[in-house]
Amino acid sequence: MRPMRPGVALIAAVILLTALPVQALEVTVGYIQWQPYQGPVLSTTLTKPEDAGLKGAELGVDDNNSTGRFMQQHYTLDAVVADSRDQAVNELRRMQQAGIDLFVLNVPADLLKQMTEAVGPHALVFNAGAEDDSLRTADCPPNLLHTVPSRAMLTDALAQWLAKRQWNEAFLITGPTDNDKAWVAAFHRAAKRFGVKIVEEKPWTFDADLRRTASAELPRFTQGDDYDVVVVADERGDFGEYVPFNTWLPRPVVGTQGMSPEAWHRSVENWGAGQLQSRFEEKTGRPMISEDYAAWAAVRAIGEGVIRTKQAKATDLRTYLLSDEFQLGGFKGRKLTFRTWNGQLRQPILLVHPRGLVSISPQEGFLHPKTELDTLGYDEPESQCRIAD
Amino acid sequence: MKPTLRQLGPALGLTAALLAPAAVADLAYVSNEKDNTLSVIDMDSLEVVDTLPVGKRPRGILMSKDHTLLYICASDDDTVQVMDLKTRKIIDTLPSGEDPEQFALHPNNRHLYISNEDDAIVTVVDVKTKDVLAQIDVGVEPEGMAVSPDGKWAINTTETSNMLHWIDTETMQLADNTMVDQRPRHVEFTHDGSQAWASSEIGGTVTVVDVASRKILKDLSFKIRGVHPDKIQPVGVKLTKDGQYAFVALGPANHVAVVDAKTFEVLDYILVGGRVWHMDFSADESQLLTTNGVTGDVSVIDVDDLKVIKSIKVGRYPWGVVVVPDPA
Repeated sequence: MRPMRPGVALIAAVILLTALPVQALEVTVGYIQWQPYQGPVLSTTLTKPEDAGLKGAELGVDDNNSTGRFMQQHYTLDAVVADSRDQAVNELRRMQQAGIDLFVLNVPADLLKQMTEAVGPHALVFNAGAEDDSLRTADCPPNLLHTVPSRAMLTDALAQWLAKRQWNEAFLITGPTDNDKAWVAAFHRAAKRFGVKIVEEKPWTFDADLRRTASAELPRFTQGDDYDVVVVADERGDFGEYVPFNTWLPRPVVGTQGMSPEAWHRSVENWGAGQLQSRFEEKTGRPMISEDYAAWAAVRAIGEGVIRTKQAKATDLRTYLLSDEFQLGGFKGRKLTFRTWNGQLRQPILLVHPRGLVSISPQEGFLHPKTELDTLGYDEPESQCRIAD
Repeated sequence: MKPTLRQLGPALGLTAALLAPAAVADLAYVSNEKDNTLSVIDMDSLEVVDTLPVGKRPRGILMSKDHTLLYICASDDDTVQVMDLKTRKIIDTLPSGEDPEQFALHPNNRHLYISNEDDAIVTVVDVKTKDVLAQIDVGVEPEGMAVSPDGKWAINTTETSNMLHWIDTETMQLADNTMVDQRPRHVEFTHDGSQAWASSEIGGTVTVVDVASRKILKDLSFKIRGVHPDKIQPVGVKLTKDGQYAFVALGPANHVAVVDAKTFEVLDYILVGGRVWHMDFSADESQLLTTNGVTGDVSVIDVDDLKVIKSIKVGRYPWGVVVVPDPA
């Protein structure tokens, strides 16, 4: 028998392949969560659920599978909530050895950088836990995308609203932690961009127990010349919960407490959000919060990439997710896309109080030549990152 | 024109109220999502003549093929209500599965295909026997629903799976899926049954699919000066019987697009109320009504002139609209 010409062999192989029953495409996403202990806080009754983030990733996989079964695709989550930094690193190694190259990480910025480097450029990492602006302005690994909004996006959302309301004079109370300082730096930038004046800035140094003395201490602490609004920077929720209604002047409180900028909140019901809320509540028995949303959006972005490109290679997914083709329906009234310079997911930011939605930024009237969503956070000229190049 | 009773109506007071259900003009029924009511609009006077209490969170509404009954998705009551159009009373409820949002009635006037948004299924109910004939698994957040004029196909759109699911109505099983853009909200067959038009709210497009081959013929996109592209969010689609026009409601863009249904060319954009979602034609297709959720009103478009001739205040967050022809 004469050997077949290569072309014929190829055609034969293709016919053989298509004749076989279709094999499901298996997609495994690695999810690792570790957030350091924030230290003791005064307000201890309302704590964050320990599975904040994890449950969002799980729902994202459920959603991907509901679509995937029509496309012969199957999604699995390999998820770990680590007790320590070391455990997080070890689990990453185990997942790598198991062949996983798609990761959603809900960890602090320094660990995120270390882990992103460890998995190498052929893997794709989603940041679902670190709000640090440095990861969006200077320190941008090309294989890292962010679904969690940056602090700059959150504080820009807040400052736009303050400007819109013409509450231009702010009394700023600053917490002592590094995260609080980062939040304050972001708010300073936002205030300057949108014309909000910080008329007084005071660090929180009192160490009394506010549960007994809030009404006595905070009015005096917030004594000052007139201001329109009190802004609190207290990310871990140490003293901030005691500020509303206890200010010297009868003024609203915004920032990390009072009315806060959030990626997600239980009060959103428009744009079909009610359905996402009820799916989440039914699955977990608790409301969906911003951490869950970031992880959900990351897993859904992976799903959307695999469904549209019909393959799951991390580098090809990255190319697709950063292209004009990609769009994600995120229940916030407009399509979500990634910024090509720093991999940040563009998204509207909600301004909420604990039981209600106040507004959504970008506020109307803050214009941008490309998309108004880029009035939130670091725009291309302000960032040194060019990850798509 | 039948002006007599309408003119007498206000003067007669109670008598008029009693007489009102004996329809003497075409009437439009509008579901008010946040008021749990239907507004009834007289199509001659273009005024609201009645407001009817219904179940919780009424959204999709449709009329039986013989024009005697109105079916109402009472989403938060997890039921479909049946209203007698003569008496305007709820006379029955149908098992609908959880959270019914949109539905479509088979030409046999018996099989109702219902999207169950929270459960990722389509429920098929026989409206006569009230039996659930089938529950079909579909993608995440089923919404739009349509049955082809020949009764062969039912199409369901799923908003998070971004698919059109083709259900063979004979077997009541899924036969095929078509990927479309983000968040498909609504699907409508052309009157000859050859095409299906599906809107993608977040994608900002309308996809026209050839029914015979189930292949995409065209992706329509829209552009309005002074409106950000992200705000152009197509939802409702209505096609004229003569095959000339397609009207596409563009949500928060507050405009309805007029499309040449033959060439797929966008001809015009008509400014209507805030957040326009669903539409229906008057019986003779001379007018098109649109539900504007945010402004709480209905815009009336003259189909010949392609101009809005009136806005009618209805309840809070009007969602669906159905025009019931005068039986006389």
